[in-house]
Amino acid sequence: MTLDINRIRETLDHLLYRWLDVERLTRYPRYAEHDRATFDGVIELCARLAAEKFEPGNRLSDIREPAFDGTRVSLPEETAEACRAYNASGMPAAGQDYAHGGMQLPYIVEMAANSFFSAASIGLKAYSMLTVANANLLMAHGSETQKRVFAVPALEGRYFGTMNLSEPQAGSSLSDIATRAVPDGADFAADPLGPRYRLTGTKMWISGGEHELGENIIHLVLAKVPDEAGRLPPGTRGISLFVVPRLLLDASGAPTGERNDIALAGLNHKLGYRGTVNTLLNYGEGRFPLRAPGGTDGAGAIGYRVGDLGAGLKCMFHMMNEARIQVGLGAAMLGYAGYLASLDYARQRPQGRPTAEGATPAKDASQPPIAIVEHPDVKRMLLAQKAYAEGALAFELYCALLVDEQHGDQPARADEARLLLDLLTPVAKSWPSEWCLEGNSLAIQVLGGYGYTRDFPVEQHWRDNRLNMIHEGTHGIHALDLLGRKVLMKDGEALRILFGRIGATAAAAAAVDGLQPLARQLSAAVEIVALATAEAWRSGSARAALTNATGYLRAFGHMVLAWIWLDLAIVSAQALTAAGTAADFHRGKLAAARYFFAYELPLVAAWLAPVRACDSLCRETATDWL
Amino acid sequence: MKVLVAVKRVVDYNVKVRVKADQSGVDIADVKFSMNPFDEIAIEEAVRLKEKGVATEVIAVSMGVAQCQETLRTALAMGADRAIHVQSDAELQPLAVAKLLKAICDKEQPQLVILGKQAIDDDCNQTGQMLAALAGWSQGTFASKVEISGSDISVIREVDGGLQTVALKLPAIVTTDLRLNEPRYATLPNIMKAKKKPLDAVTPEALGVDVTPRLKTLKVTEPPKRKGGIKVKTIGELVDKLKNEARVI
Repeated sequence: MTLDINRIRETLDHLLYRWLDVERLTRYPRYAEHDRATFDGVIELCARLAAEKFEPGNRLSDIREPAFDGTRVSLPEETAEACRAYNASGMPAAGQDYAHGGMQLPYIVEMAANSFFSAASIGLKAYSMLTVANANLLMAHGSETQKRVFAVPALEGRYFGTMNLSEPQAGSSLSDIATRAVPDGADFAADPLGPRYRLTGTKMWISGGEHELGENIIHLVLAKVPDEAGRLPPGTRGISLFVVPRLLLDASGAPTGERNDIALAGLNHKLGYRGTVNTLLNYGEGRFPLRAPGGTDGAGAIGYRVGDLGAGLKCMFHMMNEARIQVGLGAAMLGYAGYLASLDYARQRPQGRPTAEGATPAKDASQPPIAIVEHPDVKRMLLAQKAYAEGALAFELYCALLVDEQHGDQPARADEARLLLDLLTPVAKSWPSEWCLEGNSLAIQVLGGYGYTRDFPVEQHWRDNRLNMIHEGTHGIHALDLLGRKVLMKDGEALRILFGRIGATAAAAAAVDGLQPLARQLSAAVEIVALATAEAWRSGSARAALTNATGYLRAFGHMVLAWIWLDLAIVSAQALTAAGTAADFHRGKLAAARYFFAYELPLVAAWLAPVRACDSLCRETATDWL
Repeated sequence: MKVLVAVKRVVDYNVKVRVKADQSGVDIADVKFSMNPFDEIAIEEAVRLKEKGVATEVIAVSMGVAQCQETLRTALAMGADRAIHVQSDAELQPLAVAKLLKAICDKEQPQLVILGKQAIDDDCNQTGQMLAALAGWSQGTFASKVEISGSDISVIREVDGGLQTVALKLPAIVTTDLRLNEPRYATLPNIMKAKKKPLDAVTPEALGVDVTPRLKTLKVTEPPKRKGGIKVKTIGELVDKLKNEARVI
């Protein structure tokens, strides 16, 4: 059972060119050298690399999860092959300037191209995703020397990168991290690679933290610099960012021959994403003592500060909106892969007979069985998956386009895109993580017992996708962000922009035959979400408002996705009136939209009931009652 | 030494084609197209010859509808230096393609023409041989290894039952088999560079070639559906079926 790459390609082409008119981006000076041929060239290349280099290693890297013998991490050869192919393609530098060896590819096209890898093997894809995020951060906040020594080799596909935020005792609450960074010697500030520190501490959940896939691993590490009394500053303002290479480099970028004092304490054995090695790293425990260039000898990992003292989180979160679109897109593509796999199975698997027309559900056993795709309840599960996955994919591409619109030449439009993306980011990360996971569960259900075995891919999709509600900010954290900050930003300005765009879609749909009831339903959903936002905050108490933030996130997300589906429905309804051969393609989009409005959108009111009532149950239940 | 490579735009190998209801052909509306896989191998071989310093220029040629230019862009992104598109909406059969290639050879004077041994859409396996006959050049078909030294070319051919090595004089025609090489993927920088490489369009009329089809397709049908197997009771029955039903012995 192989992934139907062409089917994904068909939907992507529809979304990029017919729905979002991505070709118009070539009017921006930054993208002026592009045209549809270059976009298609990248998308085609990535579709093939995903099918030929990533998918074959997906199950294998899941079964043969990374192993550590106390000295070295071993990974299947297929992992190295997939990473090599990706790095050789030029994809790591896709979005960078031409001057830095990049292609100045619009972010939305980069995301569309990357989506194939997530569908083919999200566990093998994570290495490059982290590396590129790491290098992009250094390109934005590093000194010229740091860019040249640490980031450029990663963009050339030679180095790998990681993000070190969490510690065993502090994940969601980064203000409590305890990794210390102490100035290394009297001349620490004079190092050409940046102010030099010695780091000690433990970092948890570090994906790609130790392996030998490339020439070096560049860790980006959050740590605190103690005051004169040796105390770590409290809160997030005391956090600084450090670049910590696995193998030390000199100012020219050449290896010094010394290994940095970073020890692999162990591997985490995970439910999914097993293709990605996930580590616990001990910084500065003295396993690899160093002869420091100008400072103290012995234990302590050498790190170079990036940006100002205390500006660590600001640097780290600078591109967080984009990282979260990638998580949402990854979740969407796992949902898509599960949908296609269960659809393929349902079309081939004969079982059962149609329910009789008469009053009793008796069936004619003398008739041959039908393919299970014919059963209404199986269609329901497939429509749900289609609505979740294709809706999520469309929404993530919309968000990616908002990133590109910030590069436009109209400042007002760019500002609006920035603000809207800020508002939508918690939804972009959370909605696919929750609902495409539900879709993956339905895919297993379609296959029944077979879906529960490792002979079919759907159980792995579900296990892989289960991570996405946890990493890059947990589900609950994003709910707090949405209701606690984002909808209130600039006196609700972002929310007004969103409601304006939804209103425009509803108005356009009201003029399309067959879509009027959906337009009215969407307007009603907006009304109730607006009402719930005000009611949640009516007492002015954050504690009262945020008690039910997760229900609000869920309802808000469904409203947003209903908007996306109605916008897509308009496009497909219009395409159907024009003569065309792809009628089934568009009828399918309309059916998914109708499913979402009939079966999903009505849930919004129920989810918002406790939010609107400021129900205190979850806050006031005594811990002893649980 | 110039190397000319012929590339064909075909229905993608992953697409399950369906026969049209009127049996006039297969339905190619809204299906994905890509470069014929054997032609990718041909481009790869030419680019490797250039990288080795044997070839000085690699010219990719494709024939057919406007979208063939996409296929040529792929060839350019893989490393071809320039491209020629022979624009035609007509059905181009192998003889017409061979004549067009001959006309281009007359103009460009390549020392070597590399083609896929066949295209995966019609599986004709004729164009290279026809071109060799029209041009009066040597041919090394079904190549799994090509070595050039001076004006000599040695081609290892995949033939029934083994490998055959032929020594030819340039100019020559080579058609590629599956094991000749593993074609490279394009890279992002090369996709951008391909945009700036020259792509010329000509017409069959300008080349003085009559491309009118000589063969007529009577009908196209699906392969017969596979029937279920049966158990035979005796060896005699098996032999009888093989002889009289399957007619294989």
